[in-house]
Amino acid sequence: MVADTGGITRDEVAHLARLARLAVTDAELDVFAGQLDVILGAVARVGEVAADDIPPTSHAVPLENVFRPDELRPCLTQEQALAGAPAAEDGRFRVPQILGEEQ
Amino acid sequence: MSSELTRLTAVELAEKIHSREVSAVEVARAHLDRIAEVDGQVHAFLHVAEDAALASATLVDESLAVGTPPASPLAGVPLALKDVFTTIDMPTTAGSKILEGWRPPYDATVAARLRAAGITILGKTNMDEFAMGSSTEHSAYGTTHNPWDLARVPGGSGGGSAAALAAYEAPLAIGTDTGGSIRQPAAFTGTVGVKPTYGGVSRYGLIACASSLDQGGPCARTVLDAALLHEVIGGYDPLDSTSIDAPVPSVVAAVREGARGDLSGLRVGIVRELGGEGYQPGVRASFEQATAQLEKLGAELVEVSCPHFEYGLAAYYLILPSEVSSNLARFDAMRYGLRVPGAGSAEEVMAATREAGFGAEVKRRIILGTYALSSGYYDAYYGQAQKVRTLISRDFAAAFSQADVLVSPATPTTAFPIGDKIDDPLAMYLNDLATIPTNLAGTAALSVPSGLAADDSVVGLPVGLQIMAPALGEAVMYRVAAAYEASRPFPSAPEVSP
Repeated sequence: MVADTGGITRDEVAHLARLARLAVTDAELDVFAGQLDVILGAVARVGEVAADDIPPTSHAVPLENVFRPDELRPCLTQEQALAGAPAAEDGRFRVPQILGEEQ
Repeated sequence: MSSELTRLTAVELAEKIHSREVSAVEVARAHLDRIAEVDGQVHAFLHVAEDAALASATLVDESLAVGTPPASPLAGVPLALKDVFTTIDMPTTAGSKILEGWRPPYDATVAARLRAAGITILGKTNMDEFAMGSSTEHSAYGTTHNPWDLARVPGGSGGGSAAALAAYEAPLAIGTDTGGSIRQPAAFTGTVGVKPTYGGVSRYGLIACASSLDQGGPCARTVLDAALLHEVIGGYDPLDSTSIDAPVPSVVAAVREGARGDLSGLRVGIVRELGGEGYQPGVRASFEQATAQLEKLGAELVEVSCPHFEYGLAAYYLILPSEVSSNLARFDAMRYGLRVPGAGSAEEVMAATREAGFGAEVKRRIILGTYALSSGYYDAYYGQAQKVRTLISRDFAAAFSQADVLVSPATPTTAFPIGDKIDDPLAMYLNDLATIPTNLAGTAALSVPSGLAADDSVVGLPVGLQIMAPALGEAVMYRVAAAYEASRPFPSAPEVSP
């Protein structure tokens, strides 16, 4: 289970940035690719631990579903919820066009 | 008078306020004056809430004047709140440009509990952006300076809260600790910082970094002050699904017991894997003196081994970025926060806004997390890191079967010069070597000042002793810290002159 530490390329970093909706600059790509390569090389150490029979831990406290009675309780007003919006209209968030022309 | 008030502990201030020897307003005023005097050099605060602080203190005074008992043992005492907790009456930025000027529509549970306790919130403190960093150099609003040496970092991410304490701008502060962000700044500034058991302090209204690791906690100049604050902010909150439904450990009583200075019958485990190679000589020397002191107080020292701790840093820097990449997806320029204007599609606006609004460290971690969670790499990185997390919890369980508390240096080094590690992310990450295992296991730990290391400065720089306890085992950890503190008076930070 040792990770392939073949390194991370500039193109891969660009692809990941697109997936994460980050319009990174060319200069950032140059810096990040080298830094992320070093970091990945270090964190790949987790693969040195033989742990095939070890269960994963996602959370230190075992999580259970939490239920409450299905009753109305105080919550934000529409005005409060929209107060920080970059743009609002008719009680709703106003957002830029979501679909492209061809969609 | 005002400068003398800022030198007092929270307990001393509360006593004077509650006996009406001084007013809460005078105490608030003294600290606001101190902030005005020195924060230009320290830059601990991002926002000073002068009017709100004086109004809150006035209410405490009015209530005491008509004979109402104080709302809590800390009523009227000022506090500096890390700018990662939402506050309805103050801006909340998490150190990020993407939230510049944002006014949250609700209070974090921690903020609400502070207000209910009559504590005066002086303002919001500086931090690395979204709590990612170990120096405050990743704040979008400039670096906080360490009051011990203004050319050095105060630690991070909660460097603002720790520096506010060391510079006598506030006697109490709140931090959050995801991998050491309370304990490392405490160590660097000669103050006390506590990371409670995961689930012990509500995360409602705490802007998430890595949800399975984040934990708010108290910061102070003394162990007793931290314990009093712990009891104010701790305890079950139905608004946080990971909140533990159990009584808050009786940490104040534990401190009073510890301060008597008798630790006989207590087993203190020295973790073999924390404190050797990679630790500064002055830090190691201070740690050796500290363990010798604990032995003098009657504790039995035992050596314990936690063989998987050495993989903690690697596991952490996979788990944390993975959670970050998911949590920070909420900053999408649509509902609140920054939106970079442009004629493009929602997706283009989103990408341009996140590019403009996030700093380099946040972007690095989002990209790293996106990578670790992508198909083909998931098992080797994130999946394997989660298994290491299990092994670290097992190491703790085995160690706590041999010892009541575990100790180590809180950090490998003392405070480093501003700019030293900013271009080398991996070197920055090594700061958290000794603090990370606790976050991965969800257990409790604190840092208490253990002396000065003279390695790199004429005056010497503070070193922190880390004391770790099992989940919900805060009482014993506070007891040991209080006994140690009482037996080893710690020098004050050099004066920051206006």
